[in-house]
Amino acid sequence: MEIQTTTKLSLHPDVKAKADSKKWFYTDTVKEHFFNPRNLLMNDSEGEEYSKNADGIGMVGSPACGDAMKIWIKVDKKNDKITECKFQTFGCASAISSTSMLTVMASENGGMKIDDALKLKPQNIMARLGGLPNRKFHCSVLGDKALRSAINDYFRRSEQTTRIIIEGARIVDPDTKTTDKDIEEAVLDGALTIEDVQKKLKIGIGNKAVIPAVEELIRFYKEKYFG
Amino acid sequence: MREIYLDNAATTKTRPEVKEEMLKYFDVVYGNPGSFHGKGLDAKDAIEGARERVAKIINSKAKEIIFTGGGTESINLALKGLAKSMKDKGNHIITTKIEHHAVLHTCEYLEKYEGCEVTYLDVDEYGMVNPEDVENAIKENTILITVMYANNEIGTINSVKKIGEIARKHNIYFHTDACQAAGYCDLDVEKLNADLMSINGSKIYGPKGVGILYVKTGVQLVPLIHGGGQERNLRSGTENVPGIMGFAKALELAQTEKDEETARLTKLRDRLVNGVLEKIPKTFLNGHPTQRLPNNANVSILDIEGEALILYLNEYNIYTSTGSACTSQTLDPSHVVIATGLPYEAAHGSIRFTLGRETTEEDVDKVLEVLPGIVEILRKISPVNVAAEHIIEARRKK
Repeated sequence: MEIQTTTKLSLHPDVKAKADSKKWFYTDTVKEHFFNPRNLLMNDSEGEEYSKNADGIGMVGSPACGDAMKIWIKVDKKNDKITECKFQTFGCASAISSTSMLTVMASENGGMKIDDALKLKPQNIMARLGGLPNRKFHCSVLGDKALRSAINDYFRRSEQTTRIIIEGARIVDPDTKTTDKDIEEAVLDGALTIEDVQKKLKIGIGNKAVIPAVEELIRFYKEKYFG
Repeated sequence: MREIYLDNAATTKTRPEVKEEMLKYFDVVYGNPGSFHGKGLDAKDAIEGARERVAKIINSKAKEIIFTGGGTESINLALKGLAKSMKDKGNHIITTKIEHHAVLHTCEYLEKYEGCEVTYLDVDEYGMVNPEDVENAIKENTILITVMYANNEIGTINSVKKIGEIARKHNIYFHTDACQAAGYCDLDVEKLNADLMSINGSKIYGPKGVGILYVKTGVQLVPLIHGGGQERNLRSGTENVPGIMGFAKALELAQTEKDEETARLTKLRDRLVNGVLEKIPKTFLNGHPTQRLPNNANVSILDIEGEALILYLNEYNIYTSTGSACTSQTLDPSHVVIATGLPYEAAHGSIRFTLGRETTEEDVDKVLEVLPGIVEILRKISPVNVAAEHIIEARRKK
């Protein structure tokens, strides 16, 4: 396995010494990725800087549900491959480690084909991590969603709208093929009014009849994530 | 590296005096207290002596002490046992939203399978139950009020004495879960107006798997465990003699030392809380500022997830716990922190430090030295920045 350039966290030296010997709830691979996440964008300014040249950005989860992660990708358009995959995670050890591993998988060996990246499942990540305790499985299910969300963002930006994958989502506006998931993401991204959501999604502009349903969804997600 | 164990609300290290007290009951006084020969009688004398000692501490009669297999069992026996024995007289139970799961899940069981009706009272932002709310919740069919003495997560000490008075005035039985309080609070059942009280050995530097239920004379319970009729037929099964001896010793020591230990730990606790609030932005204390266990410091650190933080602290040999969903079996964040009116993200970032006999000022300072750096790392790698100034301001002002 080709190890990517790692972003080393500044651990205290005696922590590093200890890190090899202590009893640990997770596998060694999880531990390694938890303390030394790969492809991490440290703090807001690094994130902002990277965003300028990213081809797609996706975010899922929320602090209220306990996990939130954001993924940035750069794409080799000619070969339809992900060349770089960066992340930030708010969450527990398994959430941090599984997102870190996901970014490695998406970008290692010259990069993963986008069609393959879209097929990545939490099970694939867990296998590479050497397993996760059963009840922590849910912590690893957001990473691949964030990646798909970043890829969808790339499709949107590069005007490959036919390739946008809608997962288990309900289409709210048939004209723009906007789904409830899209609205959820828009709300998570800070669009809390119909006007703001329309700026992001162009929803209900051609078909005003869908607006009440959209407003209801905005209210629902707003309450869900922001109380 | 020194072991800094700050999870004494989870369980405590058995203290050497207790361990010493227990030893001979494994292989010298090993008889079955139910046997008629000398070996059995020696064991019987030992546990009856322990019963006397425990009774003296809580100001009860010896026969009112039932030894059990721990706090959870005591609580189950109190609630289920009473609900079953009272089913012709009523079926309504009053409790609170911040009880330990031993109480809450037993109540849910009683609702589902025994036709009970349960009122779960709200608490204020400190986790305090208003005794007036208790009184207002009383109905014709109320048979039991059960309110915890001190909360295991946020350390708030409730006005159980007042609640007990209300229960007595209305002729309703009162149970209190005193598992966390036993090391630091007055356990006099007369003063508390308690009819039932649960205590656990493993929270007071005693052995695990042993506890007591105080059952006031006249209170009828239906047993949960049937068999040889031990413990006044309320808890069958050969008595855990070493455990019982260790429990009595642990409770005696804890109650003898409680004033001195309370004074010492209060200082350390406040040093820790103030240090965290000073050094780390976006933090606040959970629970009551003064009406709280002297060893409990529970703080919410926003924009971090508790499990990641405790795993970092683990690498420094600092052992703590969190109200985050990620460490619970059910994946729900702390119901106690939520009940105090805070949003989910405050529960995910809540960290509980529970100090103990071996905690020193150096330990507290070590935590204060490493914690800000860990929080900084976790905040840096997170895309989340909760706008929670209003919560922090409101919580810090008080």
